[in-house]
Amino acid sequence: MNNKPIRVLVAKPGLDGHDRGAKVIAQALRDAGMEVIYTGLRQTPEQIVQAALQEDVNVVALSSLSGAHLHLFPPVVKGLKNNNAGDIWVLGGGVIPDEDIPLLKKAGIVEVFGPGTNTKSVVDYIKGKLNG
Amino acid sequence: MFDKNEINLLKQKKSVWQKKLDEQIKKRPERQQEFITDSGINIETAYTPSNLNTEGIDLSLPGEYPYTRGVQPNLYRGRHWTMRQYAGFGTAEETNKRFRYLLDQGQTGLSVAFDLPTQIGFDSDHPLAMGEVGKVGVAIDSIIDMETLFNGIPLDKVSTSMTINSPAAILLAMYIAVAEKQGVTPDKLNGTIQNDILKEYIARGTYIFPPTQSMRLITDIFDYCAKNIANWNTISISGYHIREAGSTAVQEIAFTLADGIAYVQAALDSGLNVDDFAPRLSFFFNAHLNFLEEIAKFRAARRLWAKIMKERFGAKSPKSMMLRFHTQTAGCTLTAQQPDVNIIRVAFQALSAVLGGTQSLHTNSRDEALALPNEDSVLIALRTQQVIGYEIGVADTVDPLGGSYMIENLTDEIEKKAMEYIEKIDSMGGAPEAIEYMQKEIQQSAYRYQTDIEKHKKVVIGLNKFIMESERPKGLLKVDPAVGERQVEKLAKLKSQRDNDKVGQLLNQLGRVALGNDNLMPYFIEAVKNYATLGEICGVLREVYGEYKQQIVF
Repeated sequence: MNNKPIRVLVAKPGLDGHDRGAKVIAQALRDAGMEVIYTGLRQTPEQIVQAALQEDVNVVALSSLSGAHLHLFPPVVKGLKNNNAGDIWVLGGGVIPDEDIPLLKKAGIVEVFGPGTNTKSVVDYIKGKLNG
Repeated sequence: MFDKNEINLLKQKKSVWQKKLDEQIKKRPERQQEFITDSGINIETAYTPSNLNTEGIDLSLPGEYPYTRGVQPNLYRGRHWTMRQYAGFGTAEETNKRFRYLLDQGQTGLSVAFDLPTQIGFDSDHPLAMGEVGKVGVAIDSIIDMETLFNGIPLDKVSTSMTINSPAAILLAMYIAVAEKQGVTPDKLNGTIQNDILKEYIARGTYIFPPTQSMRLITDIFDYCAKNIANWNTISISGYHIREAGSTAVQEIAFTLADGIAYVQAALDSGLNVDDFAPRLSFFFNAHLNFLEEIAKFRAARRLWAKIMKERFGAKSPKSMMLRFHTQTAGCTLTAQQPDVNIIRVAFQALSAVLGGTQSLHTNSRDEALALPNEDSVLIALRTQQVIGYEIGVADTVDPLGGSYMIENLTDEIEKKAMEYIEKIDSMGGAPEAIEYMQKEIQQSAYRYQTDIEKHKKVVIGLNKFIMESERPKGLLKVDPAVGERQVEKLAKLKSQRDNDKVGQLLNQLGRVALGNDNLMPYFIEAVKNYATLGEICGVLREVYGEYKQQIVF
């Protein structure tokens, strides 16, 4: 694990078109030495699960700013588990109200990053989780 | 106007002054190594007439070509800008309530935010609409929702702006039909549809159809409106979202005007005369944080567009050359941390738009980094505009910063740099061919902006300086999760009560016309009047036209 670069799928579930954050995060992770795949817009949870399996990633980073996260994030975790890929970490980011964070965590999203997050803290988090 | 000898003397004087200053700086360094705008324009210590473009100085007055100082001679002395808050959430009933509240508080125009399924042409019962119904705007499935949305609001008395792009023609058709039910004829309607597909591909994401077919829908609207709704702004060519996606000020106006050029060209290619449609083109810009650069940006955009329309497209009517624009303050500059500080950011951004001569303005609310704004936050945002308009005197003269050596210099610089981008995009075959190029440029700027914040080269109060533990504000707006179910019920009821045979015929007809050359607008109006839904109409067009596939630029 330590010698192999960390692979991350950055994904935009749902109809939301705000991809500035997703792309900035993707580039920051890449600059930190990770291998990053970006899905583009309008992905269904099923498409994201398939992409994660195909690309053999360690982490899926979901971004949503449209308020549909409770509908869109949990099915990704579920889909991965159903495909024996429950070891893939699923992270969330975007405009997510505080009171929704415990709900997402309960559904298996390991961490949620809100507005104003420093990209370095995401890099450190992923590296810490996977290498630590 | 400027004597060459005097200017030369001034230049000499300034270089002596600069030398002295440099020595002083060696002893006591300035707080930054360099002072540069996000667009990469170097800001000098002080400006003098020698910074002016004395050869080709622009001495136009407000209301005179090239409209650098404004499109009207007396601007806000006649009437303030339209105070127009972008609003919409949940059902048409809830949004109608918010509209009436805003009008009661002195707002002077409406601006409709539609939810994502509406913007992407799906009815609320579509599988891809799951979880998105009513979230970022109001859900509109049929003319019934549209009627409710404007219930009690006389459409001949307000102007309405609609942020709708791919399905703009259909929402406009619903608006026309609702007005008719109110007894208002199309020629009495005032308003705007965004209708700007190119920036959807570039930066905003609510595209449906491929470029060629989308451009046909757009030019159909230009043509129809020129003949039937003379006061309607047929497009709002938008830099706002390009800026929100991370572009610089220069990129914002360059890419926007490049899009504008593509629309004008498409309309000319479809056989329209420039002066028939160009007067109804309008624009939409962002008011970001760099106060002086923003003011200069608005001025530069006006001058550039006037020149493009006159010189490139041979427009004869002055109205074709006038760049009229709406402004929204920059949502991306709002912080979730210490959100009340956002009120101050918004106030300065709004002031830059007013000093830049905007025709209408939306001020963001303090809580928008966290949620859609609640009533209290929207009220402060609207009051901010009213303070600028009524209390501080800036609306009493036109372009008060015109003639400032600094602002004039910055206006020239922005114009020059934007023109370089436009030439580059021209060389690639125009905006529709340069979508990925623009995306890449925007993305680089966005990353640089974020890196600058993280390296503390850029200060964001509350985020990387003057940090405080602050509690999240209470009472954030939460959209009722049941709105999706309610819309689905409404749709089922509609489909059980309307004349489904008639709807089927109209949809078939629409599919045939979409393949031909007739203007589609009358067919959309007919279809929505007979209760065809937005999703059904877009479904027909999806079948006939196919869908746009995004190229992933990363």
